[in-house]
Amino acid sequence: MSLLTFNKNGIYCKQADVYIDPWKPVKRALVTHAHSDHARSGHQKYLAHKRSETVLRLRLGVDINLETVEFGEVKTINGVKFSFHPAGHIPGSAQIRAEYKGEIWVVSGDYKVQEDGISTPFEPIACQHFITESTFGLPIYKWEQQPVVINEINQWWQSCKEKGKVAVIGAYSLGKAQRIINHVDQGIGRIFTHGAVENTNQALREGGMEIAPTTYVSDEFSKKDFAGNLVVCPPGALGSAWMKRLGPAETAFGSGWMALRGARRRRAADRGFVLSDHADWDGLNTAVLGTCAENIYVTHGYQTAYTRWLIEEYGLNAVAVKTLYEGEGAEEQEGKEVKKP
Amino acid sequence: MKQFANLFMQLDQTNKTNTKVAALVDYFDKAPDEEKVWAIAIMSHRRPKRPVSTRDLREWCQEETGLPEWLFDETYHVVGDLAETIAKLLPKVENTEDRGLLYWVNFLIELRGKPQEEKKKQILGAWKELETFERFVFNKLITGGFRMGVSQKLMTRALSQHLEKDPAEMAHRLMGNWDPATVTFYDLLLDDSVEADTSKPYPFFLAYQLEDGPESLGSPHDWFAEYKWDGIRGQLIFRNGEVFLWSRGEELVTDQYPELKAVAELLPEGTVLDGEVLVYKDGQIQGFSLLQKRIGRKTVGAKMLKDAPVVLRCYDVLEWEGKDLRQETQEFRREILETLFAGLPDNNLLQLSELINFKSWEELTALREDARSQYSEGLMLKAKKGTYGVGRKKGDWWKWKVDALTVDAVMIYAMRGHGRRANLYTDYTFAVWDGDTLVPFTKAYSGLTDEEFNKVDSFVKRNTLERFGPVRSVKPELVFEIAFEGIQKSTRHKSGIALRFPRMKRWRKDKPPNEANTLEDLQDLLKLYG
Ligand SMILES: [Zn+2]
Ligand SMILES: [Zn+2]
Repeated sequence: MSLLTFNKNGIYCKQADVYIDPWKPVKRALVTHAHSDHARSGHQKYLAHKRSETVLRLRLGVDINLETVEFGEVKTINGVKFSFHPAGHIPGSAQIRAEYKGEIWVVSGDYKVQEDGISTPFEPIACQHFITESTFGLPIYKWEQQPVVINEINQWWQSCKEKGKVAVIGAYSLGKAQRIINHVDQGIGRIFTHGAVENTNQALREGGMEIAPTTYVSDEFSKKDFAGNLVVCPPGALGSAWMKRLGPAETAFGSGWMALRGARRRRAADRGFVLSDHADWDGLNTAVLGTCAENIYVTHGYQTAYTRWLIEEYGLNAVAVKTLYEGEGAEEQEGKEVKKP
Repeated sequence: MKQFANLFMQLDQTNKTNTKVAALVDYFDKAPDEEKVWAIAIMSHRRPKRPVSTRDLREWCQEETGLPEWLFDETYHVVGDLAETIAKLLPKVENTEDRGLLYWVNFLIELRGKPQEEKKKQILGAWKELETFERFVFNKLITGGFRMGVSQKLMTRALSQHLEKDPAEMAHRLMGNWDPATVTFYDLLLDDSVEADTSKPYPFFLAYQLEDGPESLGSPHDWFAEYKWDGIRGQLIFRNGEVFLWSRGEELVTDQYPELKAVAELLPEGTVLDGEVLVYKDGQIQGFSLLQKRIGRKTVGAKMLKDAPVVLRCYDVLEWEGKDLRQETQEFRREILETLFAGLPDNNLLQLSELINFKSWEELTALREDARSQYSEGLMLKAKKGTYGVGRKKGDWWKWKVDALTVDAVMIYAMRGHGRRANLYTDYTFAVWDGDTLVPFTKAYSGLTDEEFNKVDSFVKRNTLERFGPVRSVKPELVFEIAFEGIQKSTRHKSGIALRFPRMKRWRKDKPPNEANTLEDLQDLLKLYG
């Protein structure tokens, strides 16, 4: 019996009787990161990286039974050595390493190898069994370096400002929103936030993260206050009734899916920026090869194609595994109704 | 290429008509005339003859990238566009040199005569010289299908702003056969002295869908009503002793329907008729499936002419004795049309689309419900005082289709969409009950909102039974109301049935799968409407 198995609740370690990123309520859950498809409510005990704490409590309740660890810190549960290592996906995101009697597994959760300036950069961890996502597991997906994309966003914001419009960008409230907030040119104007983003910002600031100054879009502001400025909101809020208060606006959306012209056109946003928190094609290959693992388990994304590629191109023992993780897009619906921060 | 690629990108980045027009006008103001003719041609689906096949392009791209064929194909399936797939799979280049659209168009024209090895060398060279987006535009010049979201209406608006001319005149000038390789910008759009091209069609007037009842249109006495015929819209021109038939897609289709050339014997010189090409046999209109066999066929054999003979059922006259009648009222044109038909000898080529007698909207509503029995798909309403417009314009012409046929069916397979929906399972196969087994009978991939697609997608991911390549079989649990326009017998489908324009009308969350329709229900529909 291998150390980790996949069952109907999630990724299971029998020896330690714990789950990693389970989707059904369990006794003890080790959580790679705070996105909703990986960190679900209802578990009796949680173990996560320190930086995830404030966000997990915001999303799952202040009173969850949560223990946190630092990167590299070893936590032994019934003989199994667990440790968390940077995944580079969002602040606090981790790969979880499990070792028992010489058998080593790494569950990568979601990851990217490109540096984003807000998450601890991805580190390859040597192992025999590697569980990888495959959200963008096709060679068409190749990301530009972050400064290139940020520069495009700045130019777009500037052009909105020149037209006297507010620039509204949809980005997942945890991770991508902060990437944008911390890197756009604050010389252009002020950065406003939707409640879902501001709540997350506050939680991250509480946890000790530096985030550029932002202002919550509250009732005390009127349309003229927004003109020329940038508003960061969850993708679900683009085109919603909430936007009416902002006045004449141009909208944009930042996502890896925007790499495809068709997907860009489907989005009813004026602009699509290719900005992802998941690894692109080269990133996936680099990560997989970097672990030196022989056995690769491919989860959410272009599983079939990516598995075949690993088998045929690199001679790896790869299999596609069914999970309930959702990849980029999981948070699209998030943030439609949010309480005031 | 940067100027044209930039225009393309701007058009692509907005859904707003005004922004698109502004981008076009800006481009027309700046680009050289020789390039503009090609830009207009490309945006209205004319392009240089394809110098290499799409198979060549795929092979060369695979060689360059070293990707296995299956992975190339998988990627292509997801992207949904070969030009884009190739442009993005090839390694990035930084390009400083900029050669214009005209250079690349001529490059492709000259390439046609070259030996295969030379073609390959030159295409690979071009790929290495162009930046990703320019490379995409370049590939599109070869593969076609630009879909830049520039309708004829948009284009004519932009040209009329750029040249300060009447948009209707611009629309007319852009119609028909003109060759961007020989015509100049001036001749195409400005010159009044050149002899008019006798084959030139008028822009088609298109009807809007009437969403509510006709009561909002005012008095029934101000309106003509006819049946709406389900064929191919056609404009028949007889000028200088020659017959031309144009389809709505601005395609000259005279040779595809050669029997219609004989109208030369019937019509007076300088006549242009608007109507519907229909297959007509044994004294009645035949279903669309028979007409479909003739669509796109370059040569038509004697058997085809006998099995599927066509007529033009006419409802308007646009030119009479060489005079443009489009500014005359519908009433006036109708009178001329009827006079023309009254004087025609017996023939099996031209038919008059009869007006429906009605006194009240209620009466017409009842007739509409029975429209299928007339082999029609609903009614057309035309304002008696209306003129013949350009393109789709609200007000004077309305189509009022009968409600679609529907069945409730169970979703049993799902496939990832491509292009617009590459990240979602949006292409579904539906089944009906045959005893206690589910028989697949149609696919559908439109009709749901993005939000509904997201929900179904997540259902698919959680309820997959098996995978076959890109297809997943799913738990038979979701029921959808499938709407369609027609039903035909089919030997290619397991169910023995093929639907026309199937789409998802509603997600029947209220229905459990065992309450979906049966194969027998479908067979009954086939008997009634097949
Ligand atoms: Zn995530
Ligand atoms: Zn995920």
